[in-house]
Amino acid sequence: MTIEELFRQAKMNRDMLYEGRITHVLVGTATCGRAAGAMAVLEAFRRETAGSGIDVRVTEVGCMGLCSQEPLVIIIKPDNLTVCYHHVTPQIVHQLVEGYILGDDPCLDLALGTVSGGDGSPVIIPELESFERQQRLLLRNSGFNSPLEIDHYIACGGYAGLANALKSQTTQVIEEIERSGLRGRGGAGYPTGAKLRACSEAAGDSKYVICNADEGDPGAFMDRVLIESDPHALLEGMAIAGFAAGARQGYIYVREEYPLAIERLQRALAQAAEKGVLGSGILGSQFDFHIEIVKGAGAFVSGEETAMIAAIEGRRSWPDQRPPYPAQSGLWDKPTLVNNVKTLALLPQIIRNGGEWFAGMGTKQCSGTALFALAGKLVNTGLAEVPMGTTLRTLVYDIGGGIRNGRQFKGVQIGGPSGGCLPESLLDTPIDFESLKQAGAVMGSGGLIVMDEDNCMVDTARFFTDFSRRESCGKCTPCRIGTCQMLRMLEDFTRGQGTLQDLDTLQSIAEDIRATSLCGLGRMSPNPVLTTLRYYRAEYEAHILEKRCPARVCKDLTAYYILPEKCERGCDHCVLACPAEAIFSDGQGLKVVDQVKCTKCGSCEAVCPPEYNAVVRLSPVSLVPAGRRTRPETP
Amino acid sequence: MDTARKAEIFNEGRRQRRHLIDILQDIQSCEGYLSREAMQEVAAFLSLPPSAVWGVATFYNQFRFTPPGRNPVRVCMGTACHLAGGQLVLEAMARELKLEIGATSEDREFSLERVACIGCCALAPVVTIGESVYPKMTPPRVEEILVQMKPAEGRGKSGDGPT
Repeated sequence: MTIEELFRQAKMNRDMLYEGRITHVLVGTATCGRAAGAMAVLEAFRRETAGSGIDVRVTEVGCMGLCSQEPLVIIIKPDNLTVCYHHVTPQIVHQLVEGYILGDDPCLDLALGTVSGGDGSPVIIPELESFERQQRLLLRNSGFNSPLEIDHYIACGGYAGLANALKSQTTQVIEEIERSGLRGRGGAGYPTGAKLRACSEAAGDSKYVICNADEGDPGAFMDRVLIESDPHALLEGMAIAGFAAGARQGYIYVREEYPLAIERLQRALAQAAEKGVLGSGILGSQFDFHIEIVKGAGAFVSGEETAMIAAIEGRRSWPDQRPPYPAQSGLWDKPTLVNNVKTLALLPQIIRNGGEWFAGMGTKQCSGTALFALAGKLVNTGLAEVPMGTTLRTLVYDIGGGIRNGRQFKGVQIGGPSGGCLPESLLDTPIDFESLKQAGAVMGSGGLIVMDEDNCMVDTARFFTDFSRRESCGKCTPCRIGTCQMLRMLEDFTRGQGTLQDLDTLQSIAEDIRATSLCGLGRMSPNPVLTTLRYYRAEYEAHILEKRCPARVCKDLTAYYILPEKCERGCDHCVLACPAEAIFSDGQGLKVVDQVKCTKCGSCEAVCPPEYNAVVRLSPVSLVPAGRRTRPETP
Repeated sequence: MDTARKAEIFNEGRRQRRHLIDILQDIQSCEGYLSREAMQEVAAFLSLPPSAVWGVATFYNQFRFTPPGRNPVRVCMGTACHLAGGQLVLEAMARELKLEIGATSEDREFSLERVACIGCCALAPVVTIGESVYPKMTPPRVEEILVQMKPAEGRGKSGDGPT
């Protein structure tokens, strides 16, 4: 079938869905929605509408990227508003069915806003400020189109990019991508067109395309959301890349920790083969392209392209020296194109709308959009897609809604364990590969984690260094031994040990690792240390010189203390919760923490009723008044 | 492992090195872990030295070499969870279950693992037990959840109950 026929058919199927007299309930059931209870909501809708006598269709969709509002539900009612509801529970479902599906009350008190877009234009909630600064290319269908139905994708212009490509010469496709200025979204920002050209011009009959969906940064989940919400965009992008590079086989290397993404990809692959948009003789052309899913077995280093190739070959995921680059000699020594999910998923729109169109967005050096996963202490956590060149401040405040609970902003970590921590003074840095690098961070995968005054920067550097040490593959010495050495020193600092001279030693070890490690992950592993030393040196000094953790996080420098003026005496919550039996009553019934017995587990602080709020953390520990440190000796 | 599943895992089409990880994953999803015998069988099937199979299996985080508990407890130690107090939750789990990280209880009821990011950062800190996800955890909630899971058993301390 030609693309025109497929489109007509898909559009007809979709129009029957949306322009008929049917009410639609879309439930966001991506992994994040499920964790918040979306499956119970889905069940409740199916149950409540089953005997209602009204034609209602309940559909699973992906994620709009509003993680803090999950579970999300969209109700599309003929001749009525399309409304998005948040924090939906099975109890609310009953209300929505009675109110809006059977009745005429759109239950606006439960709504997040109305929904506009769809049909290929980006789906947005115009009432929400966080959408105003966004430009949604990758997320345009997310949370609205069903990832389980290929017709939804085709009806929104899907696979038209591939059809266009197949009518052109491979060189024309590569030129179009070069014109777009697209740079790899996996982190390094290498021009995608140049990579494609190198692979296309490399000698050899067998070539491969690999999609990197390993997303190992702890705190990043954009690729998962894209695959779970709009899997065909990736498949189409891979086929276009395959056509341009001269490859007939593609592999998607996806983390085994993403079972739902794998399931949705498998379903999408089967449907694409059935429609003839993947497989042999795609859309009646001479071009064959097959895609296989390879499940990663959990190793951060597999995100490095040569290490990923080793993993697909069934070996330990060890990186190799480059050159030769995979574009010359990659999988089974054949020319191989390795690209991130986001890079590949952008190709269909670039081919369909032209390179100029894409180059017109973002900045001159970095065209297009950047997709971030916002997490940490923000009001609005979730996904945000903004034009390149947008400032960090816009992301944190306009889209992220600022810091929760009125706390003070302290830093933003971009790019996970390979990235850096940037302070308030750098919030006006524009988001592009060069500016972030200059500030000491990296674009990286797109994980963006915001920290407030309750987070300790020394502990944060320790956390990321511990991650890099655990995940170091061990092949080269600087990374294997260097991360251990850095970790030991950081652990000392969190205990108030070490000297100021150690800070200089730490700096020089970090610089050596950066200069001499074999692969990019090793070279970037000292970034959290280097940036925290650069921007938060005072915090290191407080730990070392004053034995004080300003955020009161580092256990050895912090004491739990019960304020006598706030303790309610009669309430025994803390006493009962303390697993170390460290809390006792003094002569007046006021609770006291025995500092010798206390294991600093935080239970007392968590259970102290908010109306008393008597448990506080003090740092340095010498702030605990002398008379209230231990249980008095009993004769 | 039943014979049919075994035949599926060790099918002729997979007698290539590139299927090694795939085969190990399938065995683990059937048996819960990789036994020495299973790995030897894989080595023979792929004509690889057992050391090569062992070398690959021990490299990746996914593979385990002891049987997991019936209730595998996984505490997320991703960045967002760490910043929200995940370490205290992990320590509370270890304390309440009387298990070291990576260990399985003698009665095989519980096992405890730390995992790197399960992608639910908005719900941090997160714990999963089997298929269930427990969002926004605190040390006292650890105790509550475990009390609900093993109601018949006496708890470590006398006099305490869910708060």
